[in-house]
Amino acid sequence: MTEIERHSYDVVVIGAGGAGLRAAIEARELGKRTAIISKSLFGKAHTVMAEGGIAASMGNVNSRDNWQVHFRDTMRGGKFLNNWRMAELHAEEAPQRVWELETYGALFDRTEEGKISQRNFGGHEYPRLAHVGDRTGLELIRTLQQKIVSLQQEDFAQHGDYEANLKVFAECTVTEILEDGDRVAGAFGYWRETGRFVLFEAPTVVLATGGIGKSFKVTSNSWEYTGDGHALALRAGASLINMEFVQFHPTGMVWPISVKGILVTESVRGDGGVLRNSEGKRFMFDYVPEVFKAHYADSEDEADRWYEDPDNNRRPPELLPRDEVARAINSEVKAGRGSPHGGVFLDVSSRMPAEVIIKRLPSMHHQFKELADVDITAEPMEVGPTCHYMMGGVQVDPDTAAASVPGLFAAGEVAGGMHGSNRLGGNSLSDLLVFGRRAGAGAASYVDSLGRRPAVDESDVTAAGAMAVNSFGDGAGGATDNPYTVQQELQQTMNDLVGIIRKADEMELALKKLDELRRRADRVVVEGHRQFNPGWHLALDLRSMLVVCECVTKAALERTESRGGHTRDDFPAMDPNWRHTLLVCTAGSDGVDVAAEGQPPMRGDLVELFERSELEKYYTDVELPEESP
Amino acid sequence: MGYQQHFRVWRGDAEGGELVDFDAEVNEGEVVLDVIHRLQATQAPDLAVRWNCKAGKCGSCSAEVNGRARLLCMTRMSTLDPNETVVVTPMKTFPVIRDLVCDVSYNYVKAREVPAFVPPKGVQPGDYRMQQVDVERSQEFRKCIECFLCQDVCHVIRDHDENKESFSGPRFLMRVAELDMHPLDAAAEQGIDRKQDVQDDHGLGMCNITKCCTEVCPEHIKITDNALIPMKERVADRRYDPFFPITKLFRRQR
Repeated sequence: MTEIERHSYDVVVIGAGGAGLRAAIEARELGKRTAIISKSLFGKAHTVMAEGGIAASMGNVNSRDNWQVHFRDTMRGGKFLNNWRMAELHAEEAPQRVWELETYGALFDRTEEGKISQRNFGGHEYPRLAHVGDRTGLELIRTLQQKIVSLQQEDFAQHGDYEANLKVFAECTVTEILEDGDRVAGAFGYWRETGRFVLFEAPTVVLATGGIGKSFKVTSNSWEYTGDGHALALRAGASLINMEFVQFHPTGMVWPISVKGILVTESVRGDGGVLRNSEGKRFMFDYVPEVFKAHYADSEDEADRWYEDPDNNRRPPELLPRDEVARAINSEVKAGRGSPHGGVFLDVSSRMPAEVIIKRLPSMHHQFKELADVDITAEPMEVGPTCHYMMGGVQVDPDTAAASVPGLFAAGEVAGGMHGSNRLGGNSLSDLLVFGRRAGAGAASYVDSLGRRPAVDESDVTAAGAMAVNSFGDGAGGATDNPYTVQQELQQTMNDLVGIIRKADEMELALKKLDELRRRADRVVVEGHRQFNPGWHLALDLRSMLVVCECVTKAALERTESRGGHTRDDFPAMDPNWRHTLLVCTAGSDGVDVAAEGQPPMRGDLVELFERSELEKYYTDVELPEESP
Repeated sequence: MGYQQHFRVWRGDAEGGELVDFDAEVNEGEVVLDVIHRLQATQAPDLAVRWNCKAGKCGSCSAEVNGRARLLCMTRMSTLDPNETVVVTPMKTFPVIRDLVCDVSYNYVKAREVPAFVPPKGVQPGDYRMQQVDVERSQEFRKCIECFLCQDVCHVIRDHDENKESFSGPRFLMRVAELDMHPLDAAAEQGIDRKQDVQDDHGLGMCNITKCCTEVCPEHIKITDNALIPMKERVADRRYDPFFPITKLFRRQR
């Protein structure tokens, strides 16, 4: 342990997606020496796959839009379980964060007047998503990446060293957060390329590690989404909330098998695409839930008129929030009205001319042509639900993104609360920017407030190192698995037993299975050496995936209602008594503990943004505001 | 519906390596990356390959299939003859780290040498106004997923390692073009001359327009026609200003 590579920083950001990069930019601009640690190469993070856009109420296309309307839509989408303060900050600050990207060099699509164009999306009352065709995530990641480079160029001009104050550690994985007492003292990890250990001594760690989708078999997520940040936070003593809420995006590819799960952007529906079953019926009209009836059209005529005249018509039900559309597709397929490969049909070909489709949805056109031999300008796509987003995550202070562990911060998908039980499309990219910036600022101000800097305990470093190479053992513990087999079984288990529709007995079975998989994961044996060894990398990621799956399953079993991204076959109704209840996961002596915790009531001026008749659908009688005279 | 196919995959590291034979199952609709993953799961658990999204959006899984630079996730097995051996090798232009994984740090070094976008002075965030037609040129180049396949196939560096010092490769020549065509870039006001830089610092003059970069681009960006040639013209306009009419004449004849 004597020759371990050591670095000292003020702020260590784990994750180089939108949230991580925005946090790092903020911390560096506030004068803090900052490290960005990324499992992949710089610029490859999962943010790159976001397609539709960034939600921000700039009002460029419909001037009636403002932050209050955005806030309202976000709360509705999350079925009022959202942390309202986060939803408020998000709606208020999103426009500033988008405009700021233009000062970094971003080039969004434009309106006639030369402003940033905005498109319609599920659950958003007005056209609100700033976008670049259907590759908005790429624009976001590249813009932030180039801003980082620009800050490095400033440092080069001043210090002769690009990396004087801001350095990217690419292809580096963190396996443990180290603490001094109960405070963050650093992070321990390894270089993927060489397998060598690396120690970061730092008083703050910003988690920006994204989601957990790779624990499910059918997912739109990349391999990196193994819940590392969730697991690191738990082990460091922080709590996770809302872990039962997993978003299944309604439209993933279903065929061929090898691409099953790859995302088909919601923009297809936002721009006019419709869903049909095998009988050719636009079935979404049958699935508008009571709480949304006032806002959605009940005939095809009205729905079609809305694209041209949104002020006098209600929206098409294809643009309901994602949880509703995913459940509807699931029901149609179960009722035997699905497409040949077990999905439903999503059609733009009959809705707009080929050149418009290619202009507005270029990646979709490309993706279906290259991977499925389907020309979306001439025929419908086959689509079905795919695991897409984790609403649950680290419980944080809304204003500073601080977790309960001093020095630990979290932003983006790894943080919980903002989206409640279901995230609206487009609210993810804006979340990354708003709370990425706040986490960077929160970490910087924590550093400023420090007296004595925390110190890393050498015995913790030794222990972290021993843990990391555990799987290179000789298999003396008996039967040995390879990590790939364990991961495949885990994915199948979560997909089958804790997926889009859940039942108590299936989840109990899942917990037993998770227990067995954990024991097998402890004994996996990795072949080869430590240099760029994907088997070893997976064995380490498995540890995170297993604990996160335990959180998801235990919380899902506990919540005896259906809400947003959590649907119980045995408790199909939404229960107002659960609305203000959060399930909090912490690391216990024997696995994950789950406890219920009340959510603070919404501030009065925010409550007033809603009609009483709407709140009645979600609130218990005692929670409802006084009736106005 | 599956079938067996013969593969030869390069395995080794900076010290050297060799093609290793594998027989693997192939199923309908699969891409080369699916087969590489199957080899990892069943025959070679430590076979190193970079990948992320498996949807052609992140540009991580660049390699060479039967000698042609490709994204492994977008190369469908159905485009290859099932009776022929499939040879998978790492990109040739970059040093190997292990198996199919290369050291692509050259690209990040070059990226850092391109002066960043300079925001226009006095224009507040939210007040940027640009017409769609004016942003489209640079938007085409911003479709780049940085797979570095264009860098891999560019003869200037593929066959001449020594040129890497003075030549940034099509990806970053295009990046300069993108900034030069950005409607609001204020580099000139800060004394940055992008046309001079692209020639002097990034080696645009070494590009002899063989269009290999354009042909290999998985995003179908017309790198040569829309970025490199226009930049060469801009450089020519700038450099031979006294003979401005003559260069115009040349352009018309092309």
